[in-house]
Amino acid sequence: MTLPRVLLAAALAVLLVLPALPSLFGSYAVTVFTLIFFYGFLGQAWNIIGGYAGQLSAGHAAFVGVGAYAAAVLSQDAGLTPWIGMLVGGLLSAALGAVIGYLGFRFGLRGFYFVLLTVAFAELCRLVASNVDAIGGALGYYITFTGNPRHFQFQDSRAYYYIALGFMLLATGVVALIERRRFGMYLTAIREDESACEALGVDTFRVKLLAMVVSSFLTGMGGTFYAFYLFSLQPSTVFGIPLSVEIVIRPIVGGAGTLLGPIVGSFILSPLAELSRAYFAKGGWIGGHLVVYGLLLILVVLFLPQGAYPWLVKLGGGRFLGGGLRPPSDTSPQDGAGKAGARSGPS
Amino acid sequence: MAVGLTLIFGVMRVVNFAHGDMMVWGMYLAWVLSTRFGLDPYFGFVICAGVLFLVGVAVQRGLVDRILDAPHEMQILLMLGVALVLENSALMVFGPEPRRVRGVLRLSTIDVGPFIVDLARLVTFVVAVVLSVLLWAFLFKSDLGRTIRAAADNGYGALVIGTNVRRVYAVAFGIGAACVGAAGALVAPFLPFSPSAGLPASVTSFNIVIIGGMGSLPGAFFGGLLVSVAESLGAVFLRPSLKEVVSFSLLIVILLFRPAGLFGKRLS
Amino acid sequence: MSALLEVRSLSKSFGGLQAVKDLSFDVSEGEIVALIGPNGAGKTTVFALLSGFLEPDAGEIALRGRSIVGLKPHAICALGLARTFQIVRPFPHLSVLRNVMVGALARHPEPREAAARAEAVLVEVGLEARRAQAASGLTLAERKRLELARALATEPAVLLLDEVMAGLNAAETERIVELVLGINRRGVAIVLIEHVMRAVMSLSRRIVVINYGERIAEGVPDAVANDPRVIEAYLGDTAEG
Ligand SMILES: Nc1ncnc2c1ncn2[C@@H]1O[C@H](COP(=O)(O)OP(=O)(O)O)[C@@H](O)[C@H]1O
Ligand SMILES: [Mg+2]
Repeated sequence: MTLPRVLLAAALAVLLVLPALPSLFGSYAVTVFTLIFFYGFLGQAWNIIGGYAGQLSAGHAAFVGVGAYAAAVLSQDAGLTPWIGMLVGGLLSAALGAVIGYLGFRFGLRGFYFVLLTVAFAELCRLVASNVDAIGGALGYYITFTGNPRHFQFQDSRAYYYIALGFMLLATGVVALIERRRFGMYLTAIREDESACEALGVDTFRVKLLAMVVSSFLTGMGGTFYAFYLFSLQPSTVFGIPLSVEIVIRPIVGGAGTLLGPIVGSFILSPLAELSRAYFAKGGWIGGHLVVYGLLLILVVLFLPQGAYPWLVKLGGGRFLGGGLRPPSDTSPQDGAGKAGARSGPS
Repeated sequence: MAVGLTLIFGVMRVVNFAHGDMMVWGMYLAWVLSTRFGLDPYFGFVICAGVLFLVGVAVQRGLVDRILDAPHEMQILLMLGVALVLENSALMVFGPEPRRVRGVLRLSTIDVGPFIVDLARLVTFVVAVVLSVLLWAFLFKSDLGRTIRAAADNGYGALVIGTNVRRVYAVAFGIGAACVGAAGALVAPFLPFSPSAGLPASVTSFNIVIIGGMGSLPGAFFGGLLVSVAESLGAVFLRPSLKEVVSFSLLIVILLFRPAGLFGKRLS
Repeated sequence: MSALLEVRSLSKSFGGLQAVKDLSFDVSEGEIVALIGPNGAGKTTVFALLSGFLEPDAGEIALRGRSIVGLKPHAICALGLARTFQIVRPFPHLSVLRNVMVGALARHPEPREAAARAEAVLVEVGLEARRAQAASGLTLAERKRLELARALATEPAVLLLDEVMAGLNAAETERIVELVLGINRRGVAIVLIEHVMRAVMSLSRRIVVINYGERIAEGVPDAVANDPRVIEAYLGDTAEG
C-alpha cells in the first residue's frame, strides 16, 4: 500500500527538478517538454469528465478552440490582455460545455451516443469558425508578434515551458482536490454504475454536468496557451478531430481516472508524437503519427485497459483500485446484464 | 440520388466510426483498380467488397473478439483506433489531394420523360438498390441472416442457444464492411474523395441508421431519403460548404430525439 | 396518524403488459412488511416505482405524507427511502469501503465522516474484513450484504430489500435475517421481497401478496399462508425462485 505513496513522492521529486531543467536543456528539449506539460494539462482537464466520470468526450478540441479564438480575438481586436482573456475563454468554453453536458445528460445519452454528440458539437464549431470571415474563416486567424508578456508573448521560449508546467500543475492540483472530496468520489462511482449511484442519493445529472463544466473551463483556459504559443489558429486544426484525439489519448494510455495517468501518458506520448511526426515528415507521409496513435489505442485497449500508471503501480507490487477505464468485468454475466439500462430489469 | 447507398447503411443497422473510413478505402481501391488495371468501378466494386469483407472479418476476429466482454467504452475506443489507422494510412498512401475515378459512363445522360438523368448516378442507384434488397433478403429470409440479427439483438441469448456467436459476428461485420466498400466504389465515379471523407460519411450513416434504419427496408428507405433530402436542401439554401453543418445539426437533433424503436439499441 | 409510506392505486404497464395494477398498501413506522408473489408478479416493478426508477401510469406514493411521484431516485433517497437491486450492482472496481461510502456521503458530505459512518455499517453487516478489497472479488453472499450495506449507509427511514437472500445457503440466510432484524430494531421500516418463506414468516408481521400486479391477499403470515387464493397463485406458477 505504500508503493503508490513512493511513486507519488518520486513524481513530486521529479516535479521539483523540472523547473531547473531549462537551464540545462537545448531548445528542442525545451519544446518537447513544453508540449509534454501542455498536453498533460489538456489530458488532465479531460480526465475529469472522461476519466473520472467515464463520459467519453471525443470533442474536447471544441473547448480549446473556443478558448483560443476568444483570447486571441479579444487581445488583437479589443486590446484585452490574454491573461484576462484566458478566463473569458474558459468561461465561454464552460458555457459550451454546459450546453453539451445539459443536452447529453438530460437526454440520457451514454457511451457511443455521447461520443457522437461531443464530436458533432466540435465539428459544428469547426464549421462555424471556418465560415465566419470576421475571425479569419477557413484561412485562419493570425496573431501579430509583439513579444510583450502583457500580450502573453515571450521572447524566451523557456517562458512557455514554465507556463505550461504551471498549467499542468494547476490542473493536477484541481483534480487532486476533486479526488478527495465527495464530488470526486461520486464521479468514480458514476463511472462504475450510474443507476446504483442514483439509488444511493447521487444527483448524477448535476454531478456529471459540474464535471463537464470544470473540465471544459480548464480546457478553454488552455486555448489561450495554444493560441499564443502557435501564433495562428486554423479551424481545421484547433477544432479538429485530431486535436481531440491528442487530448483523449494521453490519459487513456497513461490511465484514465487516475491522478497521474494523464501526466504519465503525456510523458510517453508527446515525445513519441514528436519523434514519429519528424520521422514521417521526412518521408513526406503526413498522417503517419496518427496511424501510430491508432495502433497505440488499439494496443492499450487490448492489453493495458487500465493504462500505464496503474500498471506501473502494480508492477511495483502495489494495489490499485478504481482507476482506468473499466477493464473487463469479472462479475457474472447475469450481473453484467443489468448494467445497460437505467431502469431495473425484469427479474 | 444517394438514396440507394443510404439504403445499404440503413439495412446494415450497425455502424461504427470505422465504417466511413472503410468506405473511403473502397473508393481508393476502386481508384487503384481503375487507374492501374483499367477496371471500371461498376465491375471493380465486387473486388472492393471482397477485400473489405476480409478486412472486416480480420478486424472483428483479431480485435473486437478479444474484448467482447469488456465494457462498451473499450469497444468505442478500439473502433476509434481502427478508424484512425484506416483514415491516416489512406492519407499516407494516397496523400490529401481529392481524387476522382473516371468511369466509362461519365458524362453520358439519358432522357427520361422531362428529366435528364446522369447515367452514372442512375446505374449506381440501381446497383445500390439491388444490393440492399439482396442484403435485406439475406438478413431477414435466410437462416444465417436471422442468426446474425438474433446475435445483434441479444448476444448472450444467442450464446445460450449455442450459436457460434463469434463466427456470426465476424460474418456480420465482414458483410457490413463489404457493403460500405461496395458503396464507396459505386459513388467514386461522381464524388471526388479524399482520406478525410470518412468522418462525414460515418456521420451520414449514423444519421440514417439512427433515424430510420430499424432493420426494415421501409425504415431504411425513409431514413435515407430524409437524410439525403435534408443534406441536399442544406447545400442548396446555404453555402455548399455548410452542407456538413446540416448533417451534424441533424445528428444532434436525431441523437436527442431518438425514435423510440431504437432507444437503447447497441450501436458500435 | 398516517403511515410512513402510503401507496394508493399504483399502476404501471409495459406496452400491453400490466405489471402493477391498482395496488395499495401502507408501511408504518418501524414495521417489516413482506411483498411476495410468484415470479413475474410485479414485485421488483413496485420497488422501481417506489424508488423513482420508473414513473407510475397512475396512483399515488407518499412518504411521511409527502407525494414522491415524479421525483428522481436520488431525491427520493434523500427523503429517506432506499432500495437494493435484485440483481446486485456493486461498483465493481471500487473497494468495499468506498462502495459503502458512496451511500454514506448522502448524509455526510464530509468524506472523513462518511468513511467513519461506512466503517460502522461494514461492521454491522460483517464485511469489515473485506473493506479494502475490490467489490468484484466478493462472493455472492458478500455482494448481497454489500448491496444492503450501501443502502443502509444512506440512513433511510424505509428500506426496500429485493431478494437479498436469494441464492444464499441456510447459514448465510440466517445471518441476513439477524441483520435485518437488527436494522429494524433501530427503527428502520423494511419492505421485503423474498421467496424464502421461512425468512418471510419469521421476519414480517404483515404480508402483501401480489399476482399479475394485483394484490390478492394481505394480512398476518398465518392467515396469508392459508389463503386459498395465495395457494392457488403459487400452485399455478410452480416456477418459483
Ligand atoms: N423494464 C421493463 N420493460 C418491460 N417489461 C418489464 C420491465 N420490467 C419488468 N417487466 C415485466 O413486468 C413483469 C413483472 O416483472 P417484475 O416486477 O420483475 O416481477 P417480480 O419481481 O415479481 O418477479 C414481468 O412480466 C416482466 O417481464
Ligand atoms: Mg423481482
